Amino acid sequence: MTACDTLHETPSQTAGPYVHIGLAPGAAGFDIYEQELGWDIAGPNAKGERIRVQGHVLDGMNSPIKDVMLEAWQANAEGHYAHPEGGGAVEDGFRGWGRVITDFDTGEWSFDTIKPGAVIGRNGRMMAPHINLWIVARGINIGLNTRLYFSDEVVANASDPILNVIEWERRRSTLVATRHDDGETPVYRFDVKIQGQDETVFFDI
Amino acid sequence: MTTPAEYYQRNRDRHPPALTPNYKTSIARSPQFALISLEQTASEITGPTFGHGDIAPGDNDLIKNYAKTGDPIGERIIVHGRVLDENARPVPNTLVEVWQANAGGRYRHKKDTYLAPVDPNFGGCGRTLSDDVGYYAFRTIKPGAYPWRNLINNWRPAHIHVSVFGASFSQRLITQLYFEGDPLIPLCPIVRSIPDADAIDQLTAKLDLNATIPLDSIAYRFDIVLRGRRSTMFENRPEGN
Ligand SMILES: [Fe+3]
Repeated sequence: MTACDTLHETPSQTAGPYVHIGLAPGAAGFDIYEQELGWDIAGPNAKGERIRVQGHVLDGMNSPIKDVMLEAWQANAEGHYAHPEGGGAVEDGFRGWGRVITDFDTGEWSFDTIKPGAVIGRNGRMMAPHINLWIVARGINIGLNTRLYFSDEVVANASDPILNVIEWERRRSTLVATRHDDGETPVYRFDVKIQGQDETVFFDI
Repeated sequence: MTTPAEYYQRNRDRHPPALTPNYKTSIARSPQFALISLEQTASEITGPTFGHGDIAPGDNDLIKNYAKTGDPIGERIIVHGRVLDENARPVPNTLVEVWQANAGGRYRHKKDTYLAPVDPNFGGCGRTLSDDVGYYAFRTIKPGAYPWRNLINNWRPAHIHVSVFGASFSQRLITQLYFEGDPLIPLCPIVRSIPDADAIDQLTAKLDLNATIPLDSIAYRFDIVLRGRRSTMFENRPEGN
C-alpha cells in the first residue's frame, strides 16, 4: 500500500481468442442480443464526409492477426466528442464509438464513419483530424492505444502536437492512413504493425 | 476546458508487460519500441457513454439469457461487485461485459474445438450497466477449466473475461476474473504474465457468503478498479469527476 489511501487499477489480461463471444457474439456464431453494440459510429444525421477505414493488424512475422477486436473513438466533423466534456454538441445519433473485429480468414477489419474534424488540444493548440484506436487480441496482454491520422491532411498533420512529440520523424508516418478514391466511398487504408522497423507508434495515454 | 484534469498515469508495474515469453503468443504480438507517453487531451479524457437503451434487462443473467430447453448445466453463481476508480469513487452507468466458457470449459465459438460439449442452454456472454453507486451483478454458472495450446499441458484456471469502459477512453480495460482457491491460478502462464502477486490477487474473486442465496446460488465478489482522475485545486471540476 502507498502512503495515500488510493486503490490500484485492476490489472489487464489478454482478451484471448474468443473475445467475439462477449463483444460480437454474431461473429462467434450465435444470436443472443437484440442489438450488438458499436457497429454504427456516426449515425444517419452526422455531417461531414462519409468514409471507410480499413486495414490489417500485422504481427512480428508480418502476418495478419485474425482474432483482433478494435475499437474506434472519434470526434464529429466539428471536432466534438459525444461526451459531457467533448467540446460541444453532436448530431442526434452520433456516438463516435465503434467496435470491429477482423475477418477470421483474411484478418482484414473495416468500418464506415465520417471523417472527424480537428479537435482542440492542450492549451488551445489544434490537433489534426484523427481517430483514436484501441486494439486487443490473443497474445496482447494490455490493449494497445494508437491514433489514425489522414494522408490528405498534410498541413494539419505537420503541426499536430501529438505527432510532433514523436522524436523519430519517420515513425510519424506509421499513424497516417492513406486515402484511396477509386470507389464510391473514399477508403483510408491503415495497417497496424505490432513489430519491426515500421512498428506503429503506440501511446501510453 | 482545453487542458483537462487528467487521469493518473497507469502503473504498468501492476499490469503484464507486452512481452511475456512463457505466454508464447505474446512474443510476435508485443510492440518492441517504447510506448510514447502522452499528456492527455479531449481525445483521451472523453469516451463512449452507454444507456439502458443499449442493453436489455436480462442481459446480465447468463443462466436465462440463452436458455432454450432448460437451465444450463453447472454450479449456479452470482458474480457481483462495484466499479470504482483509484480514488475509491464509484463509476456509475458504465458498461460491463463478460464472456466465459460453459461448465465443461467449452466456449460457444466456432473456433473452439475442445472436446467438452457445447451446452445447448448456455451462450456464455452477458452485459450490464453499473448503477448509481457503481454496483453491478451477473448470474451465471461457474466456468470450467480448459486446456490450451501453449506448453502442451497448460490449463486455464476457471475464469470469466471482463470488459469495462469507465468515463474516458483512457480507462478502457479488459481483464479476467479468477475464483478464490483454484489451484490452477498460480500455474497459468497468462495469470503469470502479471509480475505482482498482489495484482494477481486483485483478479481473484472472493467467496461472498453473505451475498450467497441459500439453496440457490453461491456468490463471488469482484470489485473492478479503473484509473482515477486528478483533482485540480484551481478550477471547478464538472460534476462526476
Ligand atoms: Fe478464456
